Amino acid sequence: MDISYDLFINAVIAGLLLGGFYAAVTIGVSISFGILDIVNIAHPAFIILGSYIAYILNTTFGLDPILASLIVLPLFYALGSAIYQVYYQSFERRGQEALRGLAFFFGLLFITEVLLILVFGVDYRYVEAAYIGPSLRLGVMDFPLRMLVPCLVSLALFGALHVYLSRTFIGRAIAAVSQDQLALQLMAADPIRIKRIAFAMSIATASIAGALLIVIQPIEPSVGREYIGRVFAICVLGGLGSLPGTLVAAMLLGLFESFTSTFYGPSWAPAVSFGFLLLTLAFRPAGLFGR
Amino acid sequence: MSTFKFSLVLLAVGALVFAAARYVGNDYVFFAGYTVLQFIVLATAWNILGGYTGYVNFGSAAFFAVGAYTTVFFHNLYPLPIPLLVVIAGIVAGVIGIGMGYLTLRLRGAFFAIATLALAVVLQTLVVNWDFVGGSRGAYVIRPESVPILGNYINYLFLVMLLLTIIALVVARTIERSQLGYGFATIRDDEQAAEASGVPTLKLKLIATAISGAFMGMAGAPFPYYIGYLEPSSAFGLAYAVNSIAMPMIGGTTSWIGPLVGALVLGITQQVATVTISSAVNLLIVGVLLVVFVVVAPNGIVGLIQDRLRARSK
Repeated sequence: MDISYDLFINAVIAGLLLGGFYAAVTIGVSISFGILDIVNIAHPAFIILGSYIAYILNTTFGLDPILASLIVLPLFYALGSAIYQVYYQSFERRGQEALRGLAFFFGLLFITEVLLILVFGVDYRYVEAAYIGPSLRLGVMDFPLRMLVPCLVSLALFGALHVYLSRTFIGRAIAAVSQDQLALQLMAADPIRIKRIAFAMSIATASIAGALLIVIQPIEPSVGREYIGRVFAICVLGGLGSLPGTLVAAMLLGLFESFTSTFYGPSWAPAVSFGFLLLTLAFRPAGLFGR
Repeated sequence: MSTFKFSLVLLAVGALVFAAARYVGNDYVFFAGYTVLQFIVLATAWNILGGYTGYVNFGSAAFFAVGAYTTVFFHNLYPLPIPLLVVIAGIVAGVIGIGMGYLTLRLRGAFFAIATLALAVVLQTLVVNWDFVGGSRGAYVIRPESVPILGNYINYLFLVMLLLTIIALVVARTIERSQLGYGFATIRDDEQAAEASGVPTLKLKLIATAISGAFMGMAGAPFPYYIGYLEPSSAFGLAYAVNSIAMPMIGGTTSWIGPLVGALVLGITQQVATVTISSAVNLLIVGVLLVVFVVVAPNGIVGLIQDRLRARSK
């Protein structure tokens, strides 16, 4: 195979931009699975829900999809809060999260997907925005704005959450709740409340990630399934709950997928992330930076 | 009841079911009945791993599709009789189960569950890119018009699935009452304590994954002959994954009767809903029932009935 310099450089750029976007998709799971130990496999379904809401607001009111996702952010926060309440009452409190908790999230994933199919059908939907067509060119390097804008928004979201989790009281309490609940109670913080806030935040990120997704590619309800492997591969490889680790792992997966689809063809791309995940689980379950 | 007597009872019930279906004489009964029986096998198989040891498998569709594609592979190579294909599919799916289990079962349960989701997508991508079994275009498997003695071919497929159902139920019940079953239960209740008491947990989990995967593969083996045209997205359909979890969860996961009850209730409901409403709505029903049952009735229908009986006897 003839690998030209231009093609190589652009595959790297495409991979990094894709990786930046994957970081936004994964950050919710890094919080729920990585920090809170809640195996929310329905997260990608909520991302697709976010995409469809951005789609509705974009086509009916002509709103920018990313702006629309910020407007509905409180709704997603409330949804996350409600889901955690049910999860806590039904499973976590009784110590049944292993079998039934997983089945619960699997059910949510399935219901969300089927409802979206019933309402919107299986046609691909897309949004209109000024930055979807053009691209920025620097010499041989090509930065499609359709990828660049989501990547930058994603990095901004990442930075904001990182600062929040490491600087504020609630943010530090969220990190603490995964380490020692009793100690947190002694600091006069209610661990259930802290977990509810953290889980609600993780679902809220799905709103933004959904808007970014529909900017990048047209979507249909079952697209979310491809992201299950991606988000968990990144989350595990990044060392469960470590935000910098998540970012590095997202970039790595983005590069891997970009090279696969450039040099082997896009029909192999879904297997890359899941193969990545299987290998990570088999050989490095603690993640790249794990102890 | 001994295993031998139990098998005889099931065979008698099976013979009655088959005679009744023949008596009705309508092919639709066989087509719908085949689907319900297939779900009983899938649900029972899922429960051997999920219900007995507590390890959740989201990849039932992958094992089912492995069975179905084994048949397509041999159909293109050299057509074999279906019972033989069922055995081969069981071996292939069982080996895949052991392989994946060996990679991921040493980790926490959540990782195994996620890995099973991954397995489904990896295998689907392989099949889509594998032209010999039809690739993304799918493969036609023409079934013969009729078979000797039984007549119509669908009667034959129904009978094969009926026998497979009986075998699966007998195996599940036997495991439950054997030392193996007690070993599985210790893993479900407290894996660390089991490990500390000398239970060979990894070995037991591998055995459970192999048996469970093998039955799912066997359930898939006759499927290409049933459907006539197999494409990756129908063989790997999410409906198989969600049904094989929902049925035991709704029926009850602690004994062999739970998946049977769950599969009969959900399977028949879905057959009715598919005809009267639509197939998308019936999947929604399954999803909603799954969530409602895990939240409200953690021990399923069987658990509800047991509670009622206990309350009455007091």
